[in-house]
Amino acid sequence: MKGYRKYFLNKLAWFLVTFVFAFLLNFILPRLMPGDPVAAIVARLAQGMTNTTGVQAIYEQYTELFGTNKPMLEQFFLYVRNVMRGDFGFSFSQYPRSVADVLRSSIWWTVALQFPAIIVGWLIGNTFGALAAYLKGGFDKVLMPVSIFVSNLPAFGMAVILMVVFAVNLKWFPTSGGYGFDLIPSFTWAFIWSVIIHYQLPFWSIVLIAIGGQAIGMRSMAIYELNADYVKYSRFMGIKDRKIIGYVFRNAMLPQVTGLALSIGTMVGGALVAEIIFSYPGLGSTILTAVRGQDYPLISAATLIITVMVLSANFIIEILYGFIDPRIKAAQAD
Amino acid sequence: MKHTFQQVFHSGKFVFGFSIFAAILLIVIFYPLIIKDPPLQIVGQGTFFEPGIYVSVYDSIASTRYTLHLDDAAAKRVASKLNEEDRLAMKEWLVKAGIPENEIDVTDTEILLDQWVNNYDPQKNVPGMTNAKRNYFVRLNNSLKGLLSTEGVSIAVKNAETGVLEETGGVKQSDYVNVSRVASVRVLPLGTDNFGRDVLTELVAATRVSLQIGFVAGIIATLIGLTLGLLAGYVGGLVDDAIMFVTNLFTVIPTFVLLILISFSIGQEQRGAFIIAVVIGFTSWVWTARAVRAQVVSLRNRDHVNLSKLSGHSIGHIILTDILPYIASYVVMALILQISAGILTEAGLSILGLGPRTTEVPTLGLMMNWAMVYQAQILGKWWAYFPVLLVIALITFSLNLMNTGLDQVFNPALRD
Repeated sequence: MKGYRKYFLNKLAWFLVTFVFAFLLNFILPRLMPGDPVAAIVARLAQGMTNTTGVQAIYEQYTELFGTNKPMLEQFFLYVRNVMRGDFGFSFSQYPRSVADVLRSSIWWTVALQFPAIIVGWLIGNTFGALAAYLKGGFDKVLMPVSIFVSNLPAFGMAVILMVVFAVNLKWFPTSGGYGFDLIPSFTWAFIWSVIIHYQLPFWSIVLIAIGGQAIGMRSMAIYELNADYVKYSRFMGIKDRKIIGYVFRNAMLPQVTGLALSIGTMVGGALVAEIIFSYPGLGSTILTAVRGQDYPLISAATLIITVMVLSANFIIEILYGFIDPRIKAAQAD
Repeated sequence: MKHTFQQVFHSGKFVFGFSIFAAILLIVIFYPLIIKDPPLQIVGQGTFFEPGIYVSVYDSIASTRYTLHLDDAAAKRVASKLNEEDRLAMKEWLVKAGIPENEIDVTDTEILLDQWVNNYDPQKNVPGMTNAKRNYFVRLNNSLKGLLSTEGVSIAVKNAETGVLEETGGVKQSDYVNVSRVASVRVLPLGTDNFGRDVLTELVAATRVSLQIGFVAGIIATLIGLTLGLLAGYVGGLVDDAIMFVTNLFTVIPTFVLLILISFSIGQEQRGAFIIAVVIGFTSWVWTARAVRAQVVSLRNRDHVNLSKLSGHSIGHIILTDILPYIASYVVMALILQISAGILTEAGLSILGLGPRTTEVPTLGLMMNWAMVYQAQILGKWWAYFPVLLVIALITFSLNLMNTGLDQVFNPALRD
């Protein structure tokens, strides 16, 4: 266990370092924006107002409220303090709702949609890839071109196709939203059923894309392992095929776990766009409204949350990897 | 070199991918030479015109007429106005109006229309019928007027002074025009989009811009990745540590988030296609840097590199002649993947509303964004989004096939 502690502490330190950098980027990048966001919100509010002193008063009030008139460094410390408290300020586009409030209502949709979808897609994809490598022949010949084609489709493309086929033409599923527009969130069967039905298409569009990419990776890994010397040696030794396959897939799996950690950010990005196609009430749609409303507190907070989600997922995978890969134990024990 | 090319073009996958990509490139280059319409010109007043040949009605009246006696002309005319659904609806109304069901035959147009004309009364109140349904029957009735007539129609011109209509000619039912004789005909193979632009012309222009974005982004990403990878791998030490720290940092911080923040910060006015391409390039070099570094580290202590060092060659010389040729194939493969990733990233950004500003050039992502905003997918206007998706898929598919083909040539272990 002592060896592992070093590994975990190492990973934890790295997690904190990346987090700090992500946080800094998140603070600085939106503040480089040339336009004055407060001016934009005032212009929208003051439409039809001819009284310039009135507009000026509104402007000053908002500047004070959002703290955009203070020097950058002071703004930064204010920001850090507020984020620690979970206070991201007010949303420009949905004022007087606070950013935290807007995000609270959307984040769980995204978490509940994307992480199960990515994990299911990863599992199915790896199974298919391993089968393709092992069975070869017809299965491989069909699965590989399909996987290559599917994985090259952007997630939003898959979303549009599934929507047109299953929602618009076959009318099996609804076209948009997270639940029926005539329902109020509650713990009733009607509402839960509606949520489940609305969940299907966004879920499967993410799963299908993930399957394609993972199957290709797993297939080449498994082929590589199947040709390795230890496999040939085991065959000479007369070890049963099943047992060998077990070793092969365990070894082929390891790079796939690392691959998942490295690609989870890209997958989440693609899935956010797929959410938009279905007007799913998650973070993707929130970012879209924020972009349209020039709402920088909301964008900044939403991207920060996504970053934290991805970094945490990454961290968890790395920790799990430490348990799965025997080499890490061996390396740390030295 | 020649041998490598021969080998590469023997790979079935590479050749297949290359042919698709070359075909797309050729279309993008030659289409604008033949069809010179500006891609963003609004030709249609209204949204989502169906694909087809649009013939000027005014010009076809003025062009030479030919008399053709075609037996099925009348039947076709009726069929186009009166589909199966309408017939059943008529039957429904007639039954409600009190005609026995067995007397109505929806397949016999003449009798059905006769019954309809004799019995339909827009004022009649049928119990249980919604207002929308009632209006539908009024519209149906209007469209049926004169359907079975054998007369032609008259063409009249309004006298400018008196305002009286003066008949100037007529059109018989057996009159035909030759489409090639009509002065103004516009073929819209993929219809028009939500703004009334010709989708095909726009799509070709969009493909060109998206490919350019992909190339610029790919080249920038590859150059940055190559430089950093070579430095980290060859120089090693502190430089390596610093570069790898930054690389690892940007591997885990999601690129998409950075792209959202940067393109949002740039602002709508400054966001041209080129700027977007540069931004994508600057955020997607990490993979190339990692791959190049790994290769260079394994090459650094090979005998030929050591010999070169002993001979007193400069670092630049060693990198150019002793290292680059060995990693060239990896760099090309990385470039191909970067191009395809760049095109997809642009599309994703555009759907978020963070793509290039919309007034100058179309891109594949922007076309997709417009189609989605105007709900083409829900309205069933397939020509506004499906060709765009197909082009995106074909570009990325062909590039990835080329990449896989190259991979199999250079890594024999992967060959089937």
